[in-house]
Amino acid sequence: MTHDLIVIGAGPAGMSAATTGAALGLKTVLLDEQPRPGGQIYRDVTTADPRLAALLGPDYMRGAALAQALHRCGADVRHDTLVWDVAPDLTVTGLRDGRSFQLRAPQIVAATGAMERASPIPGWTLPGVMSAGAAQIALKCAGAVPAGRIVLAGAGPLLLLVACQLLAAGATVAAVVETAPAGRRLAALRHLPSALAAWPYLAKGMRMLRTVRAAGMPRFKQASALRVVGRLHAEALEFSADGRTQRVEADTVLLHHGVVPNTQLSRLLRLDHVWDDSQLAWHVVTDAHGQTSLPGLRMAGDGIAITGARAAEASGSLAALGAARALGRLDAAAFAARTAPLARALAVERRIRPFLDTLYRPPRDITAPADETIVCRCEEVSAGRVREMARLGCQGPNQTKFFSRCGMGPCQGRVCGGVVTQLLAAELGKPPGAVGAYRVRAPLKPVPMGALAAMADHPGEEHAQ
Amino acid sequence: MFRPIEGLAARRMVTLRVEGRAVVVPEGQALALALLQAGVESFRETPVSAAPRGPMCLMGVCFDCLVQVDGRPNVQACMVHVRDGMQVQLQRGARRADPTA
Repeated sequence: MTHDLIVIGAGPAGMSAATTGAALGLKTVLLDEQPRPGGQIYRDVTTADPRLAALLGPDYMRGAALAQALHRCGADVRHDTLVWDVAPDLTVTGLRDGRSFQLRAPQIVAATGAMERASPIPGWTLPGVMSAGAAQIALKCAGAVPAGRIVLAGAGPLLLLVACQLLAAGATVAAVVETAPAGRRLAALRHLPSALAAWPYLAKGMRMLRTVRAAGMPRFKQASALRVVGRLHAEALEFSADGRTQRVEADTVLLHHGVVPNTQLSRLLRLDHVWDDSQLAWHVVTDAHGQTSLPGLRMAGDGIAITGARAAEASGSLAALGAARALGRLDAAAFAARTAPLARALAVERRIRPFLDTLYRPPRDITAPADETIVCRCEEVSAGRVREMARLGCQGPNQTKFFSRCGMGPCQGRVCGGVVTQLLAAELGKPPGAVGAYRVRAPLKPVPMGALAAMADHPGEEHAQ
Repeated sequence: MFRPIEGLAARRMVTLRVEGRAVVVPEGQALALALLQAGVESFRETPVSAAPRGPMCLMGVCFDCLVQVDGRPNVQACMVHVRDGMQVQLQRGARRADPTA
């Protein structure tokens, strides 16, 4: 064993886990692919220009405090490090600076976070079509905005948030197109009493709505049949709304239908997952301190299920406390005393989820796209082809690889996996949980052959490529 | 396709060569963002149908921003940060393995 605790991912969950682990006296290492801590939500927070920070809002700057605490805690923090394999015996294989290395610890916290849900619509593969989150990353990392006309389309809190941030940055938002079907607000009202416990989020949502209304750009509701039009890049978004076909000219189309856990690592490890019908995503099965179906492997944050950045902090700390307890470094009384307030904080953060998940449930257009829509972007396999494969006897996503190369491209099923599962489920008349997900194998991302060759000669040491 | 917002602190600039063309960008930025600000809309043509593709997620998930950096193919432009003198080639179609690399 090289360490007591290995933390993978430097977003809010990972930063909290590493900081808590180090504070408890665990020999802790944190590995992250990016050059600086923050994950996606707090990306580049440690180098944020003050004007940009003001534009992005106080929620973003919370990440700076987490990063500072991480910096001071004494954990071994290794950036620019790609974790490309984790074995069932908890050996972690990483690549940094062209050198491959292996670490091992009795406890791991994987805080691998979330990604945007795919928004497959005809034309979504054109240059100029990006996720709303990508536009936010451009702001955070480069203080940059799309240069021409922007259309935002979809359903979810990030849609309005990014619209507000782009407006504040002086970008040209030509329209906001909301795809939530009729009846969502009524359905969500049932969960409002629970959501009121997390009223600051509701207040923030109301403020964003006011900002967007005041900006006066066209807003369309209950839009359907979205398609991006263009030859070599996005030129316009067409859709049905208000009883007719609409067209908004745009150079950049930002799509958003919520975020989902990024399950590459959890699938690599064959952890138990369940399909959650309220979030329409896979959740990892864990106990209250992140322990998964693989002993010693804990998860924290949005990588388990979407609960947001604040919940991720509590979740990361709970996982580290669980790890310390499992290692015998914390007695039962101290463990109970320290976990109780965190568990309460996590419960409060979770109160808003049923309301948000119902209000922003993605429309069928997105979870069951039209036949002509490309769903596997890498190998250019359409929804219609996936449905045809189901009719030809394909029982699950892994078989689509044999039938068609669907899921075999460079993204290794990250983008298409959720949609393929749902398409097959609908066509086969089975629940998504029964249809399953793509099997993931190492390396998690492509690595040079030299990194593998050196590993074979000298297992367990740092190797040059 | 992307432009910097006004009024932010000046950053040290570096020079890349993109398809042989000199491009000046702020030091330390993700290459994908630097290319987008330099007006590069299509980063590659797909192996299957030669369709133009550009970045979609900017966070290392979609693999649509693949470019060749300093001779290394299939690099996620959103995951690599610019350095002075970096050589960038856009990719048309699939890469071939090069045993001499």
